Amino acid sequence: MNGNKPIKLRRTMLFCPGNNPGMLSNAYIYGADSLMFDLEDSVSMKEKDAARNLVYQALKTIDYGPCELVVRVNPLSSEYGKADIEAMVAGGVDVIRLPKTECAQDIKDTEAEIEKAEIKFNVPLGTTKMMAAIEGALGIVNAYEIATASSRLIAIALGAEDYCANIKTTRSLEGSELFLARATIVVAARAAGIDCIDTVYSDIYNEEQLIKEAQAIKQLGFDGKSVINPRQIEPIHKVFTPTQQEIEKALKIKMALEDAEKRGSGVVSLNGKMVDKPVMLRALRCIEMAKASCAYFEKEEE
Amino acid sequence: MEKYLNQYLKETGKTHYVPYENPKLVVKDRTTLLDKQRGNVKIVDSIETAVKLSGLKDGMTISFHHHFRSGDRIVNMVLDVLEKMGFKDLRLASSSLSSVHSPVIDHIKSGLITRIETSGLRGELAEAVSHGIMKNPVIFRSHGSRANAIAEGNLKIDVAFLGAPSCDPFGNANGYTRDGVGKSMCGSMGYARIDAQYANYVIVITDNIVSYPNVPFGISQRYVNNIVVVDSIGDPDKIMSGATRFTTKPQDLLIAQRAARVIVNSPYFYNGFSIQTGSGGASLAVIRFLAEDMRKNKINASFALGGITGQIVELYEEGLIKKILDVQSFDLTAANSLKNNHLHQQIDADYYADPYKKGTAANMLDVVVLSALEVDVDFNVNVLTGSDGVIMGAIGGHQDTAAGSALSIIVCPLLRGRIPSILKRVNTIVTPGSTVDVVVTDQGIAVNPAREDLIKCLTENHISLVDINDLQKKAESIVGRPEKLPFGDKVVGEVTYRDGSIIDVIRNIEE
Repeated sequence: MNGNKPIKLRRTMLFCPGNNPGMLSNAYIYGADSLMFDLEDSVSMKEKDAARNLVYQALKTIDYGPCELVVRVNPLSSEYGKADIEAMVAGGVDVIRLPKTECAQDIKDTEAEIEKAEIKFNVPLGTTKMMAAIEGALGIVNAYEIATASSRLIAIALGAEDYCANIKTTRSLEGSELFLARATIVVAARAAGIDCIDTVYSDIYNEEQLIKEAQAIKQLGFDGKSVINPRQIEPIHKVFTPTQQEIEKALKIKMALEDAEKRGSGVVSLNGKMVDKPVMLRALRCIEMAKASCAYFEKEEE
Repeated sequence: MEKYLNQYLKETGKTHYVPYENPKLVVKDRTTLLDKQRGNVKIVDSIETAVKLSGLKDGMTISFHHHFRSGDRIVNMVLDVLEKMGFKDLRLASSSLSSVHSPVIDHIKSGLITRIETSGLRGELAEAVSHGIMKNPVIFRSHGSRANAIAEGNLKIDVAFLGAPSCDPFGNANGYTRDGVGKSMCGSMGYARIDAQYANYVIVITDNIVSYPNVPFGISQRYVNNIVVVDSIGDPDKIMSGATRFTTKPQDLLIAQRAARVIVNSPYFYNGFSIQTGSGGASLAVIRFLAEDMRKNKINASFALGGITGQIVELYEEGLIKKILDVQSFDLTAANSLKNNHLHQQIDADYYADPYKKGTAANMLDVVVLSALEVDVDFNVNVLTGSDGVIMGAIGGHQDTAAGSALSIIVCPLLRGRIPSILKRVNTIVTPGSTVDVVVTDQGIAVNPAREDLIKCLTENHISLVDINDLQKKAESIVGRPEKLPFGDKVVGEVTYRDGSIIDVIRNIEE
């Protein structure tokens, strides 16, 4: 068990159009766990090259602190896809996000391009991670093969607008049309041992509904949600913040784990009962989550 | 009867009495109240007549208030009349001047206005001053300092021209009326009340004569010499409209939220604390985040002070703020609250911020949240000149409340576009760093090292703090170092401190 390695939180992924210098320059101040710079749908055809260059420069110059940097590139099938991947790898992006992923081959093709770029720009092989957005019925059907197509994949995400159009329905408040897609993505991600991120909620003035939706997807098992406005970050983080009771329980489990490690014992027990591995993992995750949400502060070493 | 009285006075030696000294006063005026009001004792037909009666002469000082903000028509209207009457060399001592006052430029050129004393300047007039249009530097004073200077005679006002949304025939004037609906409304007349009290001659200009007695009044009849009725004192929509809206700018909200966290985790967040917030962007939004904590922790504020907005009124009506002290109302909601809510009190500028009075409200503040154009690594704040060196703001109550409050918080973004707000040295020192406790930016919170108590308290409460020098360096690393501004040698503005001393000068900007 590696109890010291911090768990990467992906509660919120803030969406920033890649052609907006104002947002690119200070997107990190809002505390989102990940930033997603978009070169795809939010950038018009005539601005594709300018946006790519802008995001590249931003990656090179701006100190984004602990934020994970994700870039949504144009599909490889478009004339921009390859150039996007090359520039982003050269810029040192953390994660390349593929849009409209439909099958494992999409992932493999993209990975091949990433690998080429890593070699070209002397980036250690495998540094650049991947995230796949599933935005159609076929992608959902193939969710598990997508999730396991590359060791670079760190998460799969749902893109609900395209998905709804594809399955010939519209989005509703209660989201029944997304239930299967969401559940499939969670199960596929968990089976593959990676994260899963829910789609955006686009009414930035309806915080109440945002919170409801965040609670619902958290319950489904999602790690977090994409956001389109900084004001959506805090409400979602609050939903993902563990309660005081959960934190206390997790701390007890962590102490038991440390105790077992000290004794050199492989068996962790608490109150006379053995603690299962999933329970331990959940406890560690809960503590990380609590720390990240300022709900728990680790005491400094005396 | 008189014989007996004379004998009594002789016997007692009380020779200072004269029996029936003023025969007029024993004759009853049998007319009705209505007749007496129609007598128009103080109402004259024009500004020109009032000016003639006032005895205004070249070289004297005239004053105005800025409660009509950018809707004001009084300053321009009166100066046009004075120009036509041929006056020269007047000192214009308005409580503040805004972008609507660009016609003053022509009156400077003509020689009508040769000196200006104000809280601030904006727009074309400010630019003209910065480019050296005036021979004498403009004197900038805080609201509290102006009140003190007027009361102590350091700024002697000869004639005050005070626009009023309501006035009765005897001069009881106010920023609203309970007698029907006026054409416009400005709420509190806090700054004008000082002029009314201390000017040699007071002319109220109104577009709404109401019946005597106009109660409650902001300005008492006892101070008013003449009243002039005009078609319109100002543009009602620009004087004030609706409720000031909370910003939706994520950056401002982030700053506001952090400032609220600083307050909540400071020793000054207790049941009965007092607060003032600015009216713009982030500083106004602080109150929204603070309100959540007030509800959660069952903490009420004893009073809110200052320029009052609808947001403060909402908290008052919810019971979270017990009383409101209002020197200036910022929106219609605030003005209506002053009219209708009984613990919403109109105060004058002296009560608000005179640095030397006991009980001055600004000195009773636990917390103030203020904005800034620039802050430097010594925590000095500039609210007067822009990044181009041109005058574009006002001192307002900035100096008064920063010094008067137990905890002063400045909110500003680290960068505005390509312009850094945190500098090694501000272009103009308005509020000295020794009175500034915390600077909250979107990229970190810095506490004045002199406030060890606050640093300790905030750190213990897990608020992460940064060194203000690091903020400055961060800004510089992103946008570089701004080029030196093209300042000339001419002093165009003298910035005074709240105690009347001089704290900085503003030099002209060369074309």
